[in-house]
Amino acid sequence: MIKPELRQIKLSTWRSLLLFGLLVLGLISLAGRAAYLQGMHHDFLQEKGESRYSRVVEMNADRGMITDRNGHILAISSPVASIYADPKVAAIEPEQLKKLAGLLEMDSAEINDRLNRENSRFVYLKRQVVPDTAEKIMKMKIKGIHLTSESKRYYPESEFAAHVLGFTDINDEGQEGVERGWQDMLAGELGQRRVLKDNKGQIIEDVENIRPPKPGQDLVLSIDRRVQYRAHAELKEAVLANNAKAGSIVVLDAQTGEILALTNLPAYNPNRRSSITNERLRNRALIDTFEPGSTLKPFTVAIAMEIGKVNANTVLQTAPGMWQVGRKTIRDVSNKGELTVAQIIQQSSNVGTAKIALSLESQTMWEMFNRSGFGTLTNSGFPGEASGILRPYNKWRPIEQATMSYGHGISTSLMQLARAYTIFASGGELKPISLLKQNMPVMGQRVISRDTAQAMSRMLEMATKPGGTAPLAQISGYRVAGKTGTAHKLVDGQYANKRYISTFVGYAPASNPRLIIAVMIDEPSAGKYFGGAVAAPVFSKVMSDALRILNIPPDAPANNVITFTATPEMGDEG
Amino acid sequence: MFKLNIFLVFILIASALGVVTSQHMVRKLHTAREHEKEIERKLDVEWGRLQLEQSTLIMHGRIEYIAKEYLKMTVPAAASIQIVSINETENRLDAKGLKP
Repeated sequence: MIKPELRQIKLSTWRSLLLFGLLVLGLISLAGRAAYLQGMHHDFLQEKGESRYSRVVEMNADRGMITDRNGHILAISSPVASIYADPKVAAIEPEQLKKLAGLLEMDSAEINDRLNRENSRFVYLKRQVVPDTAEKIMKMKIKGIHLTSESKRYYPESEFAAHVLGFTDINDEGQEGVERGWQDMLAGELGQRRVLKDNKGQIIEDVENIRPPKPGQDLVLSIDRRVQYRAHAELKEAVLANNAKAGSIVVLDAQTGEILALTNLPAYNPNRRSSITNERLRNRALIDTFEPGSTLKPFTVAIAMEIGKVNANTVLQTAPGMWQVGRKTIRDVSNKGELTVAQIIQQSSNVGTAKIALSLESQTMWEMFNRSGFGTLTNSGFPGEASGILRPYNKWRPIEQATMSYGHGISTSLMQLARAYTIFASGGELKPISLLKQNMPVMGQRVISRDTAQAMSRMLEMATKPGGTAPLAQISGYRVAGKTGTAHKLVDGQYANKRYISTFVGYAPASNPRLIIAVMIDEPSAGKYFGGAVAAPVFSKVMSDALRILNIPPDAPANNVITFTATPEMGDEG
Repeated sequence: MFKLNIFLVFILIASALGVVTSQHMVRKLHTAREHEKEIERKLDVEWGRLQLEQSTLIMHGRIEYIAKEYLKMTVPAAASIQIVSINETENRLDAKGLKP
């Protein structure tokens, strides 16, 4: 058999090699591409893939609460909803629009206007809606209308603590008062986490915590809401009764310098922003200064006693009730004749105080005022606090030194004045004041000796007794010490006729002072204007309420303390 | 050798199913956890609301009004207040060995 001769097809070698080569090349490029995608492009692709199902979710962090010293809430954040729309997608039926306008208490034309902002993809319809309303709106299922959760600040004490607390704006940023002064502490920081969501929008897996939420810290103030309430209520009554322009009151703990109450009139309700005007906003006790008048006399007399120029029984001639210093005349309300130093304080003689002042070096007097905290900030942490004016002693003329001794030509805030009285109430030490609750006893700065402070305290007690300027400051059951002040108001650098500022600063119980109260009534215009007639009664009412609230035992009881000799024996049987 | 391979294939399938099941369980539990968290958040909101309500109800003005107008209460005059000294009471009880 002859093999059929196969026709040899001679394939050229290069063709097979070329084909083989091309296949290999293709393989290599595929492998290369794969390696490239897997290796070098990995992160990018991973991210792209994840973005189809992974989402970053924000975690809310509430603003801290503000409470009073006993834990009662003064400010709290509560969640509310904000309704927003995507105008590009939004589609609303006229009927729905009407219902929505009703729920939001808005004009339907305005809603329509907002929904028609073509070039915008986000517009708030209304912010801070109560959760119930928000739920009703969401049930309407209007296309393109969504809600986001926000928080709103509530102030349960409304106007009673308005000036201390201040308020926050719509973005939870503190605008006034404590809310502003302690913004960094109170503010929470939003947290973020990455999660996987399924097609129903449910979170199915936590991928990572990008940032944990940091809730704001709670703040415990030194304020006692009961005292604060009484102080505000009594101040309001006095401002109305005296037809005054404004008023302020400060209650300090004499031993720790804590501010137990601080309020002003006119006030506003922080829950209703529309009630806020500039005039009502001012925390006058801290940011406004005034000439303190006679309430400054004890400081002049105290330093004269401290360096031994006078003692409580030194007699000075104040007749005929006026005294020429340079070209000016210093006047008393009446001719009081010969007075002891104690009587000068008790009856508030300008002439007597000026005579004592001019026996002092101006530097000595300046140092006393300076160390008593006049002209320096109180560092309460409150924003916008005023330091008052105490001019340098080398620029004092004798008449200025004389008028300054009874509180003219020097300016102070009510808070500074109250703080300065801690010197007499605490045996010679100036206590630092605080708006936050103190858990430790505070160290003061010694200004005068204990003896001088006690002697001064006795004189201040005389001022509230019959024959003094402020018998209306008395409280039954307690010994009270204090000083009145009545100053002409400065208007454009001139003392205004018949416009006064009436003040009273005092403390109780005088035997072991616990509370200092400073009251200021601005322009009383219902006839009375002396501090002893206008401000002292407010002091007396607030002080007696505060002493009762704080359970401070009376130091001048009127036969009403139950002792065991007068009561049946207890537990004798047992 | 073949038998072992069959065996290993079964184990592989079983463990693969196990992974799927456990993943499913994880997601289910996670959803449950999210749900509980949501409840927690709602309760938190409720608590805040109640706190707010409480502080509105104990407002001084309201209490004062109710005490004065409805219950006809007044602040007693200083003379009609009797004071019991705590220190003295305690000393007295102490002397009798009755102090708690």
